[in-house]
Amino acid sequence: MKQHKWGLIILGLAIFAIGITFPFWYGKGKPAAPPELSLDTPAIAALTEKRCVEDTAFMRANHMKLLQAWRDESVREGLRHYTAKDGRVFEKSLTGSCIRCHENKEQFCDRCHNYVDASPSCFDCHVVPGEVKK
Amino acid sequence: MTTNRRDFLKIAGVSALTLMTPPLILPALAGENVRLPGQDFTPAKSLTAKRWAMAVDPSKCSEGCMDCITACHAVHNVPDFRNPKDEVKWIWPEPFAAVFPESKHAYSGQALQKMRMPVMCNHCANPPCVRVCPTGATFQRPDGIVMMDYHRCIGCRLCMAACPYGARSMNYRDPRPFIAKINPNFPTRTKGVVEKCNFCEERLAKGQLPACVEACKQKALVFGDVDDPRSEIRLLIEKHFNLPRRTHLGTAPQLYYLL
Repeated sequence: MKQHKWGLIILGLAIFAIGITFPFWYGKGKPAAPPELSLDTPAIAALTEKRCVEDTAFMRANHMKLLQAWRDESVREGLRHYTAKDGRVFEKSLTGSCIRCHENKEQFCDRCHNYVDASPSCFDCHVVPGEVKK
Repeated sequence: MTTNRRDFLKIAGVSALTLMTPPLILPALAGENVRLPGQDFTPAKSLTAKRWAMAVDPSKCSEGCMDCITACHAVHNVPDFRNPKDEVKWIWPEPFAAVFPESKHAYSGQALQKMRMPVMCNHCANPPCVRVCPTGATFQRPDGIVMMDYHRCIGCRLCMAACPYGARSMNYRDPRPFIAKINPNFPTRTKGVVEKCNFCEERLAKGQLPACVEACKQKALVFGDVDDPRSEIRLLIEKHFNLPRRTHLGTAPQLYYLL
């Protein structure tokens, strides 16, 4: 009777251990395909130098911080113009600056946000011009 | 070991002093600062003032004219919920008795009783909505505009209770399906956010007058800097008798009705 009980306990613990570690070993060694971000918009194609507000590495790592700083400075302090590191001046505006080039939100913003499971609420209010026409 | 009162007080005092250390070392730990260059760049073309205000001459309003309202609501994506209970208002018409209830009496003339005038946020110099807002979503700019930062609004509606002019409206539902034609250059709001007239601060930044002022063919609305003694609005309100709304409340409203 006693031995029989231990067996069940060990079996239960084994199932629990397998279950709880499942996300760590399932698919190990096979990296999930990174999202393919599309830069294929007419506005970007028309650019001679393909450079965002700042360089790509900075934008990739810090675009959310940049946008939050833009938001606070333009709404609360009325400072609406951003001078990039290379001296170019941009309007601090998601719809007025970012979306002018990255008008393909679904193939650019959404793909990466879905991949990293980020759900920014920017577009609950801010409008993508292309989506209005649909 | 027993602690005497003297040692206890010493330890308590030193412990209290340690509470002061986080603010001293935090700036060193904060790391990269995201405030970036170019933040104090002001373009020459934007309209600026010491105190923005508006003069309204309701005698110039033709009956049934909705030009200012249509223009404002189209520019700012104001939803039409088709239900007076949920109505979202930035600028709307009211009869004289509702605008100046304390000036109405039994013998008010017919012309006055019939008169309807546009009302909106008064951009008070002493705004009660700003005082009650718990998140700082409503704030007063140095140029007098009482503005909303929709990002910070939690929909508590204290501002709606505080505003004596009813100039604030709540989005009880998602407003997007109720906007006739979305203007992509201005954000919509979401469910649970309060909104109101912003004196077209986004247009002033581009050097344009407010949409209602621009739309009014009768020139019943005059917008300008009341702090400038030679501005059109200042000369107008110095020359003509005018009433701001409910001044006895101490809100110092900045909409002047020429009567």
